[in-house]
This record gives sequence, structure tokens and C-alpha cells, in this order.
Amino acid sequence: MSLYLLRRLFQAALVMLAMSVIVFVGVYAIGDPVEILISPDADQIERERAIKALGLDLPLWMQYLSFLGNALRGDLGRSFVFNEPALQLILQRMPATLELAFGATIMALIIGIPLGLYAGLKPKSPVSKTIMTASIFGFSLPTFWVGLMLIMVFAVQLGWLPSTGRGETVEVLGMRWSFLTWDGLRHLAMPALNLALFKISLVIRLTRAGVRETMLMDYVKFARAKGLTNKRVIFVHVFKNIMIPVVTVVGLELGSTIAFSVVTESVFAWPGMGKLIIDSINVLDRPVIVAYLMIIVLMFITINLLVDLSYSALDPRVRLENKQ
Amino acid sequence: MSASSLPQAATPAAPAPAKVETPFRRFVSEFFESKTATVGLIVFTLLVLIALFAPLIAPQNPYDLAQLDIMDGRLEPGTRNGMDTFTYWLGTDDQGRDMLSGIMYGLRISLSVGAGSAIIACLVGASLGLLAAYAGGRTDSVIMRLVDLQLSFPSILAALMILAFLGKGVMNVVLALVIVEWAYYARTVRGTALVERRREYIEAAQCLALPTHRVIFRHLLPNCMPPLIVVGTMQIARAIALEATLSFLGLGVPITEPSLGLLISNGYEYMLSGKYWISFYPGIALLITIVSINLVGDHLRDVLNPRLKK
Repeated sequence: MSLYLLRRLFQAALVMLAMSVIVFVGVYAIGDPVEILISPDADQIERERAIKALGLDLPLWMQYLSFLGNALRGDLGRSFVFNEPALQLILQRMPATLELAFGATIMALIIGIPLGLYAGLKPKSPVSKTIMTASIFGFSLPTFWVGLMLIMVFAVQLGWLPSTGRGETVEVLGMRWSFLTWDGLRHLAMPALNLALFKISLVIRLTRAGVRETMLMDYVKFARAKGLTNKRVIFVHVFKNIMIPVVTVVGLELGSTIAFSVVTESVFAWPGMGKLIIDSINVLDRPVIVAYLMIIVLMFITINLLVDLSYSALDPRVRLENKQ
Repeated sequence: MSASSLPQAATPAAPAPAKVETPFRRFVSEFFESKTATVGLIVFTLLVLIALFAPLIAPQNPYDLAQLDIMDGRLEPGTRNGMDTFTYWLGTDDQGRDMLSGIMYGLRISLSVGAGSAIIACLVGASLGLLAAYAGGRTDSVIMRLVDLQLSFPSILAALMILAFLGKGVMNVVLALVIVEWAYYARTVRGTALVERRREYIEAAQCLALPTHRVIFRHLLPNCMPPLIVVGTMQIARAIALEATLSFLGLGVPITEPSLGLLISNGYEYMLSGKYWISFYPGIALLITIVSINLVGDHLRDVLNPRLKK
């Protein structure tokens, strides 16, 4: 196991390194680093000095090494717009994004599981067919458009929910959270639902498939033969067994939920990391772009690593296969 | 989606009655058995025709400034235009552009970016997938590691990264979509090709000492087509949705070549003041496009998958 862990950690580090090269090449070689890293307001002398100070007169590989060295020390440059360290800027906005992503995940489970359960138990009923058709829409509709429609209906026409922002926040553990206030929750509801739509469809499909498969198992037949009530068979015997794949997939999806929050945050002006990166791209605030990409890549590699490790802990075949 | 459902060819020796049941005919008749898929195909064909002939059928050219009247800005659907020559059935945007015409022209961009990127991604992905399956060994593992890496990152993130480096532009969007999508094709083709290459006909072709490229492209590839067609159809819909999303975020196509996504984005600020039509109708057009493609793709999967055959 420890050998596998080492190998896997080494692989993750390698991928991270490869991504840092891609980001570096993307920003330093494709774009003009002088334009990217030095404020456009600087005059000629300041420019020269900055080029020297940033080492932009050095060969590319030396520049990469210094970029890497700085990145490892947590220095990813300063934002032109905010004049703050880029890393700090992103970390400040992380709670808002995490709040949104977790809100969406919880919503997907609360809405998706009962609907999937119903569709799986009564596959022929018209309600189930409606649920399944709706789930196709959940998969294929572009998130941003659904977000706009939610705003149109619930904020503009009905006026039930606020359309933008985070609302009132409370500071806990040095970070601001909005799910602890009523106003914050009202602001969170629509963006979270919007981000959850894709996942709701996914959970419905997984749950339905799980139920249909499990209902044919011998232990379900046995439970029925014992004379257990329908309710007990479904909620104890079937439910427990379908939850394993559902929870695994939803956990795996957390990373992509965070990535897709870029869209939802832009629609609802939710002040998270995603909105920051889009704004930064639009005003060419490149240090922030670099920092965001590095952080998100690190996050993905960590999630993938954790998933792989927990699989190998649960399933010895994975470890053995990798030994060959 | 493993084995091929299309036998090589109908045997010409068989005595031909009025209608021979060729695999293609069987496929066509099976496809049209589903009403939803037929409707999807008809709607999609209509959309393609609208996009192709937009300059001929649109009430105005929305990008010819001479035809626009700023006084007609933000008119409600159904209003007559200033000169009283035609009706803005879907209203106008802030520049006084007819939304119906805007959508017809936007459809051109959306469809061509979606289909174009899907075709290029298919060429790149299918070639690499075939290569991986045929060569095996180190080539296979390098290509498949790349595929895994690509698929472990959400599409939006990869596209965002590429566009952040390259900037806006139709070609950049196509490039980003290709980079995001090739892996799906590669994985699909490799999976099918691995099964197919162990079949006798490949062995026979190799025994005839046919050149490798001929074996791959003339013998192996045609038998990997069914799953490729299904993935390709679905990926066109995905590409259109992703392009719309990127354009909505302001990273996609430039303002001079507005796709449906950009039209929706333009109407966003007016939505809060109740002028819903600027965003709403392009959105409906986008929705119809994506859903019709998905309906066709979904049914193609059923028809082309021999395992689901009764």
C-alpha cells in the first residue's frame, strides 16, 4: 500500500508539474510577458527596470524555474486591478464558491434521490416517465440559460427571491458565510438550484438504475419472503445498497461542480472564485488567471488522488494491477 | 457499443426482389420507427436550412448598419418597424436589431462552430484512438494517459484555460472545443477497435499483406463507425452548448460574429428590467437546437447498438 501511495503521489506531482509548464508556456510564451506582468501604465524606464527585476531578460527555462520557485513559496504575483497578492485574492473568494458547490450537492441529493427512487420503483407510471424526460433536459440545457430563466421567473416576475449577490453574511472562523443567515439563504437558493440541475439529473438516473437492479436481487426477494413490509424492504434493504454508487459519484462530481460554478457565479453575480476569474480574463488581469489555474489544477489533482487512494484501499485489485 | 451492427455489405449474389433489405435500409426504417427521433431530425433539418438560407429569408440583415434604426431599439415582440415594412415578431434588441433575424444569423455561427469543432475533434480523436488500438503497447498507453488526463478535467475548465491564453475569436473557440472533445472520440474508437481488430477479417486483410494504413482505414475504421456516429451526434450538441456558455461568459465568439450564446448575453442586462425577449428567444432557439440533436443521438444509440436489439 505504501509503495502504491508513493507511486501515486509521484504521478500526481508529475501531472502538477506538467500543468505548471502548460500554464507557464500559455502565459509567458504565447502571450507577451512584458504586457502581461507589467502594468500598462508604466513608462519606459519603469518597464526596463521591471523587466530586469522580473528576470524577463533571462532564457525561458531560467524564467520557468524562478516562476516555479515563486509558486512553491505561494507567490503567484500581484493582481493589477486589486493590487493584492493574487493567491490571497482567490483564497478570500473561495468560501463563497465552496458554499455554492456544497449547497448544490446537498440540493441534488435531496431532490434527486426521492425522484429517482420513485422512477425506479414505478418505471411504467406516467409520473416516472415525466421525471425521466425532465432529467434529459437537466442534462442537455445550458446552465447559464436555465439560470437566466430562474431569474426571470423568480426574481423579475414573481419577485420571490433576490437575483444577485450573496446577501447578509456572518463571519465564522475568519471567513464570511451566507448560509447562516435567512437573507443569505434566500440569495443562495437560486444559484445553488441552478448549479444543482445537472447533478439532480445525474442522481435521478443513478438512483433509478440502482433501484431497478437491486429490486431483482435475491436478498430483496428473501426480505419480501420473510414478510417484511414494502416500506422496510425499500428503505432499509434497497436504499442502503443504492446509496454507495450515488454518494461516490456525487463526491467525484464535487470538483466539476466547483469548475462549473464559473457559469452560475457569473449569471447570479455571486462573488466567488469563478466570477473573479471571468472578470480577470475580461480585464486581462493575468497574475490572477495564472493563480486561479494553478489552484484549480492542484484541487483537481488532489481530488483525483484521494478518489484513487480510497478506491485502492477498498478494492485490492486496483493496487495489484498497478504493480505490473 | 462493442460489435459492429453493419455487416460488410449485402451479398449481391442473392436474387434481388423489388426491395432488398440492405443494412442501410433496415437502419433507416428502424430510425423512423421512433416518433420523437423523427421529429428531432425534422426540426434539426429545418434549423440547418434556416441557418443556410438566413440571408435570403431573414426580414433584415442584422449586421448591416444601414438597415438598422436605433429608434426601433428594445421594441416588444409583434411591433411593426419604423418604416412599417415588416413586423418584429420577436422584438428588437438595444440596437434596434430584429431578434428573429439575429437568431437566424446566430444559428449560422452556433451550428458551424459546433459542427466544425465536432468534425475536427472526430478526425483527430478517431485517428489517435485507432492508432492506440492498432499499435498497442507504449503508444497505446501514452495516448490513453492523455485521454484520461483530458477527461478528468471538466470541459469548461479546459476551454477556459485555452481561451484565457489565446483570447476571443471564432477559430480560438473551435480550437478550444477540439482540444476539449477529441478525447471522447479517441476513447470510443479505441474501445471498439480493440474488439474489432481481433476478428477474422482483419487477420485476413493482414494475410493479404495489405499496407497497414489500408487495413486501418478501409477495414478497421468502417466497422468502428456506429459508436462513433452516436458519440459524434451527442458531441455536436455538447459543443454548441459549450460554445454558447463561453460566449455568454464573454470569452467566446467576438461581438461581430454573434452566436446564440452572445445574443443571450446581450439581453442579460435588460432582463432585470422585464425586457425578457432579447435573451429569451435566442435561448429558446438554442434549446430547440440542442434538444433536437440529443433526441436524434439518443435514438441512434438504440438503433446502432446490436446489444439492445430484441
